[in-house]
Amino acid sequence: MNAIAAVVQRDLRLALRRKSEVLTAVFFFVVVASLFPLAIGPEPDMLRKIAPGILWVGALLASLLSLGRLFAADYQDGTLEQMALSPTPLPLLVAAKVLAHWLLSGLPLALLSPVLALQFDLDGGTMWVLFASLLLGTALLSFLGAVGAALTLGVRGGEVLLSLLILPLYIPALVFGSGAVEAQMVGLGYGAQMSILSAMLLVAAFFGPWACALALRIALE
Amino acid sequence: MENFKIRWFQWAAPQSFYPLAGRLWPFFGVIAAVLALAALYLGFFVAPTDFQQGEGYRIIFVHVPASWMSMVIYLAMAFWAFLGFTFNTRLSGMMTQALAPTGAMFTFLSLWTGALWGKPMWGAWWVWDARLTSELILFFLYMGYIALTSAIDDPRRADRAGGLLALVGAVNVPIIYFSVKWWNTLHQGASVSVTKGSSMAQTMLWAMLLMALAFWAYSIAMALYRVRTIILVRERHTQWVQEVAA
Amino acid sequence: MLSVADLSCIRGDRTLFRGVSFALEAGQCLHLEGGNGVGKTSLLRIVAGLSPAAQGAVCWHGELLGSPHCQLPAQMLYLGHLLALKDELSAVENLCAGSAIAGNTIEPAQALDALKQLGLAGRTALPVRVLSQGQKRRVALARLLLQQNPLWVLDEPFVALDAAAHALIVRVLHGHLAQGGMVLLTSHQPVDLGAQGRSLRLDA
Repeated sequence: MNAIAAVVQRDLRLALRRKSEVLTAVFFFVVVASLFPLAIGPEPDMLRKIAPGILWVGALLASLLSLGRLFAADYQDGTLEQMALSPTPLPLLVAAKVLAHWLLSGLPLALLSPVLALQFDLDGGTMWVLFASLLLGTALLSFLGAVGAALTLGVRGGEVLLSLLILPLYIPALVFGSGAVEAQMVGLGYGAQMSILSAMLLVAAFFGPWACALALRIALE
Repeated sequence: MENFKIRWFQWAAPQSFYPLAGRLWPFFGVIAAVLALAALYLGFFVAPTDFQQGEGYRIIFVHVPASWMSMVIYLAMAFWAFLGFTFNTRLSGMMTQALAPTGAMFTFLSLWTGALWGKPMWGAWWVWDARLTSELILFFLYMGYIALTSAIDDPRRADRAGGLLALVGAVNVPIIYFSVKWWNTLHQGASVSVTKGSSMAQTMLWAMLLMALAFWAYSIAMALYRVRTIILVRERHTQWVQEVAA
Repeated sequence: MLSVADLSCIRGDRTLFRGVSFALEAGQCLHLEGGNGVGKTSLLRIVAGLSPAAQGAVCWHGELLGSPHCQLPAQMLYLGHLLALKDELSAVENLCAGSAIAGNTIEPAQALDALKQLGLAGRTALPVRVLSQGQKRRVALARLLLQQNPLWVLDEPFVALDAAAHALIVRVLHGHLAQGGMVLLTSHQPVDLGAQGRSLRLDA
């Protein structure tokens, strides 16, 4: 248990001392969400219709940006090796790293989303569903993305390859996450989509670290 | 049981598999050619013109078998990857890598024949229906596998990382299909049915089946042919390869 | 007791070494020697369980490495080429985090004490990135004083150390051996291991 807390604490401390990494993802989200209305047009009806998709894709791309660095630094300075040698099972330490990553990138994105939703003229109820769906969705993205990040550790052209590998994994999250927001907007009720999103998160949280640990061991060989 | 196991594992050594693959692939190649010719004949000359869809529908007996093969080959890759992780044999990784390009080709073929069929049928080159969209994502999965295994220099690490990717993808494909299907019904997207009602001519079904078998035989032939090259490259420092090359 | 039997290692296309066997009993130290690229680091990584061997077996107290009963991961301290230090964290923070992850939670005071013994008093709160290479190596080696694992696997522990630090580390090694521990190390510099030390030369 202490090992897990130590990993989370270390990552959080590092991020606080290197603030630029956290802020990059957040600013990217803001910029992307602001670019679309400029490109498409200011009519409120249309903006409201496209908002769930744009905000979700923006959050997805922003979290994709920060994933490449999830294990890279640890791999290069030897801390990953030491984690692999720890008596605590590697999947648990991986889950700790993913948790720290989500706290630093996913959570800020979710917290920022209602503010950006104002730009798209979404009502209060929809903003809540957007926030909740992104809260769960970004966690899901972190768990799935970690597997991709582990597979492309130290590989040439890893960052671009990471996007190619992870996008198919992200699609179910995107479909149900933005679907929940849309359902709320048209008055259909977000229950089904949110349940499925939660279920996917649980499955990813359980199996993802295990697959990720295997990929890390392959990278460390 | 022991004898059975020993016999199978004997074939897992690249040195034994190489000549076996060498004897088998021409055999499958001939079968593929014969079946394909039969299917083409049936499809283009024998099957009647469809009442509703005209002549253009004939492309589906390439499209449907290609889609089937793209999924079957992906499952085969996942199967070999699973074997590789369980038994730690070098050949498993080689077979997975040998299968990937053929699978990618069938996915690509399926997408293009889908579009070629779609244009006269629905008036658009691309329709976001569940099956086509899933096929597109499957194409990305294949490309991802090929890109990852090409980017890693160490063959063993490439095999294992690719194998893990194939397994994760195989688990993910049904999830993706279900999500896209759900997304499609929610947005009342185009629901295209390949076998519209039961009005498909019997001959058409036969042509599709023959073509599917032809593609299957072709895939096996290509995979065996390709794996021979991979074996030669990977094992080039061993005695037996240098004798073969001489 | 660590025993290695008929170990061989293949990297990419090259066979680095084959047929390597040795045993290490309590209180013994083995110094792996050999030229650059002959596979010393690879051998240590195989013993640590990070890399697979092409052939052969590593056993700890009779249990094969990798089997569920094998206690080697918990009873081994591995210090590789990479120092496993985070540049933005201080030496104390690094040591506390590293020990917690290795399953051995320590107080900052203990880390401070160990660092003082290694001559780093006054530098313990600075971010590691401002320390010199030798000082960073000393921070990494402070783990030797903080953890209680019987087997030490050390890859080039003396790199960048000055004479005083070198002598100190050798004293620490001797102390560990006297308490019944085992040491497996590589080093290009000569190491005085005393009566309990043996050498094994890896040749191409």
